[in-house]
Amino acid sequence: MNSVILQLAAKYLRWLLISFAVLALLRGHNNPGGGFIGGLMAGLAIVYKGFAFNAFQVKEKLLKRPERYMGLGLFLILLSFIPSVFAGKPLMTGIWITVPVPFFSGIKLGTPFLFDIGVFFTVIGVTLLFVFSLTQKK
Amino acid sequence: MITFVALPILLPFIFIISLLVFRSDRLAGWLGVFGSGLLILLSGYLFILVQKHGVIALQMGGWEAPFGITLVVDFLSAIMLVVAALIVFSIAIYALRFLPKTIRLNRFFIFFFGLTMGLNGAFVTGDVFNLFVWFEVMLMSSFVLITLGRTKEQLEGGIKYMSLNLIGSLLFLAGVGLLYGKTGTLNMAHLAEILKNDNQAILMNTSAVLFFVAFGIKAAVFPLYFWLPASYHTPNITISSLFAGLLTKVGVYTFIRFFTLFFVHDQQFWHQLLLITAGFTMVAGGMAAAAHYETRRILSYHIISQIGYMIMGLGIFTPLAIAGAIFFTIHNMIAKTNTFLVAGMIAKARGTFELKEVGGLFKQSPFLAILFMVPAFALAGVPPISGFFAKFILIKAGLENGNYVITAVAILTGMLTLYSMIKIWNEAFLKAQPANEYASTPFKKLKFAEYFPSVLLGATSILMGLFAAYLFDFTMNAANQLIDPSLYIETVLKG
Repeated sequence: MNSVILQLAAKYLRWLLISFAVLALLRGHNNPGGGFIGGLMAGLAIVYKGFAFNAFQVKEKLLKRPERYMGLGLFLILLSFIPSVFAGKPLMTGIWITVPVPFFSGIKLGTPFLFDIGVFFTVIGVTLLFVFSLTQKK
Repeated sequence: MITFVALPILLPFIFIISLLVFRSDRLAGWLGVFGSGLLILLSGYLFILVQKHGVIALQMGGWEAPFGITLVVDFLSAIMLVVAALIVFSIAIYALRFLPKTIRLNRFFIFFFGLTMGLNGAFVTGDVFNLFVWFEVMLMSSFVLITLGRTKEQLEGGIKYMSLNLIGSLLFLAGVGLLYGKTGTLNMAHLAEILKNDNQAILMNTSAVLFFVAFGIKAAVFPLYFWLPASYHTPNITISSLFAGLLTKVGVYTFIRFFTLFFVHDQQFWHQLLLITAGFTMVAGGMAAAAHYETRRILSYHIISQIGYMIMGLGIFTPLAIAGAIFFTIHNMIAKTNTFLVAGMIAKARGTFELKEVGGLFKQSPFLAILFMVPAFALAGVPPISGFFAKFILIKAGLENGNYVITAVAILTGMLTLYSMIKIWNEAFLKAQPANEYASTPFKKLKFAEYFPSVLLGATSILMGLFAAYLFDFTMNAANQLIDPSLYIETVLKG
């Protein structure tokens, strides 16, 4: 498939799709969305350009070594465990802090959110790995 | 202190991350050995903690017991963690020399730690559904490990392994559903408390049967063991030995956990069923092992036969018998892995696993012969090595409790075991090397990293035999705690 329209669209749509995925990630704690869904969306958005150009071998920054995403994601998940240990609570207890931001009533940040970001990156890595393994010719 | 309960799961997780980030194979080897060495220290520390406190429980995320996931370490879990860590450590060293060039160390160790994580998770979890998750982690990692070499047989073996085990997982999940539907909880301690005072506990039989078959598949008991001989001889010997020591034993562990903690109603029926299964498992595995002439196949069938003894201990259900089952499980994990390790060395020396094609190894390497002799005699039950005491406890428990048939079967299966071991001994070590293409393979002297894991496990087997009384005390404590789980229940629910 070598369509100019698709290729041009892919260039711009990718970032739109990725920002939508991040939006899904952000609202995920109490609303539909979250790390897993966001990760799937972002993963497909990254793959999208590869489809349009019919080339996964392209040495593109975002596409290289999907394991990196998995490593980063799992590392963030691990990081999210650490505050609960230092707070003297059982492992994986959610710890929340409120960051004061002008004009807003403050943004609540917590370890479950960090965990969610970790899931987000892990799922991106897995999605990319799936697509690459299935499209590559051996 | 309490966070240490989660570390057997977190430690492999940390090493998976570092292996994903640092992709060098040289580093992967070091990480693998270092990580599994740390795991031994950690499990040893947990073991000491448990000796002091009896049972330790960690409520994950601070959610109280019946609602959140609880991680629990009691005597049995602690013993299993230590033994598993020892095996994992020796396999990590063994892998450095015995993995073929086609398998990258980095990839191997990622899934190696994945398997370890699932294994440790299954040992420490106090929640039935969480146990299912750890089983799946283990299943996925082991499937990848089987097929890592990318050959046709490995794929065939892997798919058989995968599909039969997925059926097991399906039944497991069905059992979980029924259990939850009836009791409204999946926390093991809570289940125990509910079912103890429930005169309708017999309704749990449907669920218990599903679990029985699911664990039966995992533990490879008769007649559900077909996946094991179909897959264990296909991957590289390192991976076979890893599986031989660990995978089926998790099934045995869950059997012991479930049928002592909360499936304790209708005992007559269940113990009868366990004993019948145990008897058939021993004989079927032993017979099949006697019929084969390929080392890995003999040893694979032999795993099945030995599972029978552990189930037998559970079926007799006296404290002594359960202590015997635990003792036997420890002994078997160590000795069985060791025989596989030696089988790998024989194959490396001669280039084949077929016993008919090899011979004369005793003359060439008496050291290798001794390495084989220790685990083989341990398995056959020759005093003073570990297997003798393991079998002795079980047989004593059987006779005391009046289970004469199963005791007789156990003694006769011992003969079959001895026969299989002597067969390998005669064929590989004593008889002269037949004149064939393998005869000209030059015998390379074993390097330190090649024989060290086997020496380590062999020494453990011998020490277990020499200090059997101490070890027996530990297993007896574990058995008493299993027969009377009030401390376990109390620690989880009120702790």
